[in-house]
Amino acid sequence: MTNEPGRRRKKASALALALLRFVFIAAVTFLGLIAVTFFIGRVMPIDPVLAIVGDRAPASVVAAARQQYGFDLPVWQQFLLYVQKAVQGDFGTSVLSTYPVMQDIRRVFPATLELATVGTLIGLLFGIPLGVLAAVKRGSFLDQAVRVIGLIGYSMPIFWLGLLGLLVFYARLGWVEGPGRIGIAYEYTFTPVTGLYLLDAIIQRDWSVFRDVFSHIILPASLLGYISMAYISRMTRSFMLNELAQEYVVAARAKGLSEARIIWGHALRNAAVPLVTVIALSYATLLEGSVLTETVFSWPGIGLYLTNSLQNADMNAVLGATIVIGAVFIALNLLSDLLYQLLDPRTRS
Amino acid sequence: MSAPDISEMGWREWLLSERPQSRSQARLGRAYMTWRRFTANQLAVIGLFIILALVFVAIFAGLLAPYSPVVGDLRGARLLPPDWAHWMGTDDQGRDILSRVIYGSRLTLYVIVLVALIAAPIGLIVGTVAGYAGGWTDAILMRITDIFLAFPKLILALAFVAALGPGIENAIIAIAITSWPPYARIARAETLMVRNSDYIKAVEIMGASPGRIIMRHIMPMCISSLIVRVTLDMAGIIIIAAGLGFLGLGAQPPLPEWGAMIASGRRFILDQWWVAAMPGMAILVVSLGFNLLGDGLRDALDPRSSGQ
Repeated sequence: MTNEPGRRRKKASALALALLRFVFIAAVTFLGLIAVTFFIGRVMPIDPVLAIVGDRAPASVVAAARQQYGFDLPVWQQFLLYVQKAVQGDFGTSVLSTYPVMQDIRRVFPATLELATVGTLIGLLFGIPLGVLAAVKRGSFLDQAVRVIGLIGYSMPIFWLGLLGLLVFYARLGWVEGPGRIGIAYEYTFTPVTGLYLLDAIIQRDWSVFRDVFSHIILPASLLGYISMAYISRMTRSFMLNELAQEYVVAARAKGLSEARIIWGHALRNAAVPLVTVIALSYATLLEGSVLTETVFSWPGIGLYLTNSLQNADMNAVLGATIVIGAVFIALNLLSDLLYQLLDPRTRS
Repeated sequence: MSAPDISEMGWREWLLSERPQSRSQARLGRAYMTWRRFTANQLAVIGLFIILALVFVAIFAGLLAPYSPVVGDLRGARLLPPDWAHWMGTDDQGRDILSRVIYGSRLTLYVIVLVALIAAPIGLIVGTVAGYAGGWTDAILMRITDIFLAFPKLILALAFVAALGPGIENAIIAIAITSWPPYARIARAETLMVRNSDYIKAVEIMGASPGRIIMRHIMPMCISSLIVRVTLDMAGIIIIAAGLGFLGLGAQPPLPEWGAMIASGRRFILDQWWVAAMPGMAILVVSLGFNLLGDGLRDALDPRSSGQ
């Protein structure tokens, strides 16, 4: 073929253009995120300078601090400064912990990551089979039951579910450990490596710690997993219905393949492509849901950090945590778009 | 030509007539078909019933509530378990929880109605203007929309309330700010569908101004899909409002807001579970009602997706 290299070049340039577009959208969205938090920081009633020097500082000190932190500059210059710092991960110092906000967030983030990951895994474990069964037995009692279970999941205030979960499974039945991430007996002897305690316990082959950590995480993660399952099962069902109506399913039946093979081997494999994007989105949702869950379970992650800072008017920490959660959320959203385009050859034409 | 009138045909036949004699008959007939599709879905009817009950309870809260929602019997009725006198028990201030839940329905309704009244028009205007104007206006407006859409709603609302200060009005504003982007998206999609149609061209030729075209000829086309989407979002709004209340950022005491009631019952969860459990039940039932209703509405108004 004479025009093969030319076509390939055209394809490559189309891909480069798509990537460029992707980077541009990502940059604009992140800039928007920073702009919104900057705006929030402007309209709030707390004077950031007074928060640093205290409200009994003499006027000269206040003026000096105002100059030092750049609050005497025009607003657009302040914004540029803010963007520059935010991009470098500098969100100022937390009044509450006296550490740089980024250092605090780096410390607490693994806890949230671990909780959201285990939650998503639980959601997948139950959500996909239920969604597939609902699609296969469409219109049956099972289908309706999955639908109602899902809608209840959407309708559940997670902090309330968490409180009831603690009441039943911790206080009454004693099946799981209570609030917190690790038992007091291990808290000072266990040295985390990655910050993901389950993983750390496995690395160190410390099974008693693993049991304790697992027993702490299983309840909050299951509750988040339920919310995630509600979403995943619904989407799985709709994707599967779409696949089961395709002609290749008819062809496979005509060939005499077993129904199980058609459903799990053929249809689900094709439904897996859009499902990957759903998983990324569900992960993002759990990150958000973890804010309230962590408050209920005293889980030392970024959600608890955010709400604690809120209640103590620690605005640097609030805005820093908002930017970090927002950035991860946006990144997951964009990633799910990108994955969809990469995994599904049909969208690449 | 003498058209058979209603008295000869009966309502059903008149509504389902293949040859409607007037515009209103055709319109009523379509509405009747939608209603039939809607009521065929039992879950959706349950949802509708729950929402009607919520409205009823909110209107007649003064008559239905057996006790005062704010003033309790501190000496004789603190933290009583549910019994015949207090169906849902009493809280630490000796207040009847049932009465508080009943009055709380007013706050819930207040929040969702105001959020819908603020967010839906913003989305409608942004979406229709972007869709009709096209070009740079469209690109810029949609980028802004996408930025807000990409935000985690609860986190953004939290940050806004932190800036505005706690309170139910500020919570409503914060939730509305985070709720409009999907409406703008929908309104824009609908606008793009009708933008190049003949009737728009006709009014353009007649010299209608862009403002008039958007207001009078495009917006009405977007309303029905917008209503469905708003209904679907109501449950989420209730949950976020309750979450803000739970964190102490929404309605302030002694207002009987359900989320704040759960927060105040949190201290007693291990022994007096009903203080937190009952208001949470109310949130669950109402938001489930909206979810069931929205689900049914979507199926009924969009026959293509029904059963999907």
